[in-house]
Amino acid sequence: MDKTIAEKIFTNHVGKEIFAREIAVSSVNFVMAQDGTAPLAIKSFEEMRPSKRVFDPRKIALVIDHNSPSPSEAVSALHKMMRDFASEQGLEIFDVGEGICHQLIPEKGHVRSGDLIVGADSHTCTYGALNALATGVGSTDLAAAMMTGKLWFKVPETIRINISRKFNNMVFAKDLVLFLIGKLGADGATYMSLEFGGDLSALSMDGRFTVANMAIEAGAKFGVFEGDGVTARWFGMGSFDKDAFIFPDEGANYYDRISIDLSEIEPLVAVPHRVDSVSRISDIGKVKVNQVFIGTCTNGRLEDLGVAASILKGKKVARGVRLIVGPASRKILLDALKAGYISDLLEAGASIITPGCGPCVGTHAGIPSDGDVVVSTANRNFKGRMGNSKAMIYLSSPATAAASAISGYIKDPREMSL
Amino acid sequence: MEFYIEGIARRFGDDINTDYIISGKYKFKTLDMNELAKHIMEDVRANFYDELTGRDVMVAGKNFGCGSSREQAPLALKFAGIKGVVAKSFARIFYRNAINIGLPLIECDTDGIEEGDELRIDLKNGEVKDMTRPMIIKISPLPEAMFGILSEGGLVNYLKNHKWFEV
Repeated sequence: MDKTIAEKIFTNHVGKEIFAREIAVSSVNFVMAQDGTAPLAIKSFEEMRPSKRVFDPRKIALVIDHNSPSPSEAVSALHKMMRDFASEQGLEIFDVGEGICHQLIPEKGHVRSGDLIVGADSHTCTYGALNALATGVGSTDLAAAMMTGKLWFKVPETIRINISRKFNNMVFAKDLVLFLIGKLGADGATYMSLEFGGDLSALSMDGRFTVANMAIEAGAKFGVFEGDGVTARWFGMGSFDKDAFIFPDEGANYYDRISIDLSEIEPLVAVPHRVDSVSRISDIGKVKVNQVFIGTCTNGRLEDLGVAASILKGKKVARGVRLIVGPASRKILLDALKAGYISDLLEAGASIITPGCGPCVGTHAGIPSDGDVVVSTANRNFKGRMGNSKAMIYLSSPATAAASAISGYIKDPREMSL
Repeated sequence: MEFYIEGIARRFGDDINTDYIISGKYKFKTLDMNELAKHIMEDVRANFYDELTGRDVMVAGKNFGCGSSREQAPLALKFAGIKGVVAKSFARIFYRNAINIGLPLIECDTDGIEEGDELRIDLKNGEVKDMTRPMIIKISPLPEAMFGILSEGGLVNYLKNHKWFEV
């Protein structure tokens, strides 16, 4: 019987034909936890089987990114707990300054096409950009996966997203995913796989990470892309070979099908306090901005910093606006430095923070004050998300964020003269 | 794990995310769930913890628990003494986490339930009785795999007892 990408990857892992809505225990290829979830996972692991070894230390990584470097004594104690566990068990740990888990796990080569990966962070779905199934789990599930190398899953139904044509100038992958979430709603894809295919050539790999990252904002379990020449190049393959990737069968059964013409998408923002409250910039009126944050696992990659730098180069951040830039990893920071983006951003008035999550999750390095309006390239604008429930968070692309930093108001980047 | 729950309805709306249940500014600092419990829901209902009586049931609309994978969300509810969550639907990571830590979730139509209603929930027979209205609401049953984990008090106990997954 014909299968979706999700059904194929589960079938390959379970070793028998398996379809949507069925429950199976499956092996996983990689397991990840960050400093907001790893301490609880370690605690659960110790409770399940004291002093037991993990199933395979080469297939597990811990990342210190949510509070990095540590802002307090209490957090430092949790970081130490992670370092001690990693050392006892022989696990790879990405410590302060290395970057955000969802950039590091692919960047360090831990994701292959066709893999099934779990991470104790809801945005683990990011790795689906590489034609893999990856999903977020809680700490106890993660402890079980560290112990057994397996987890139980319900095979999800799939919504097929067919992409066509190209973006217009100053429209980006972030606008695409905001458009999609606005259409689906915050629970429009709950327990489902979003499968992206069609003509993906307008989407760079950085753009695909942005889109897959936000699948969870529609409730999805996976956001998975077909492979193409862009994927092959990212993996360093000589040429594109269809057999190296997982494609759905022609007669696969879909819950729904959505077609998106990229040329019809405009710059969008998610207005407070919901990711699915999506609006055209022209429809929100004149909104004065206090802080702009460009970074995160959604939009802190090299291409994002490049777009922001190209808009900010030779200009100044508006008076009264704080611009914070968080590269998603040390490698990205270094590459951005070599490309000249970092000096462009600094000269425009940006503050560059240590690669990590900080402001996005309200832990440190940019907590807004009461009544502040923030334009952020992150994935969530929930009330209180950045550490103050009286702040208003708008989500946008790096281009819109950069244009807004210069203007002092939320600004359509198409209106900027370059 | 008890299959019969009695308590007072604490009413919330749709799309209650895990940042609302327990804000990131607290959850990253500690593994002390009694401390986290004091801050549940505070960004959407100030002083909610102080209102609790020790026999409270959360009642909400659709997509309860969306957002972050933080297991501190169901744990903080459990440590605050919340007996269970009744909602029209749940987000998937929260759903798994709650079962894994032994917090009962009840999926049913919640439209008629109001703040302060007296609820009697029978998980085995699959119904919620609202004694205040009064009315009886049928529950969508839990999948067998989850019922097994929940009935042993969560995944830690389950894996202690079975050493492996049995589905």
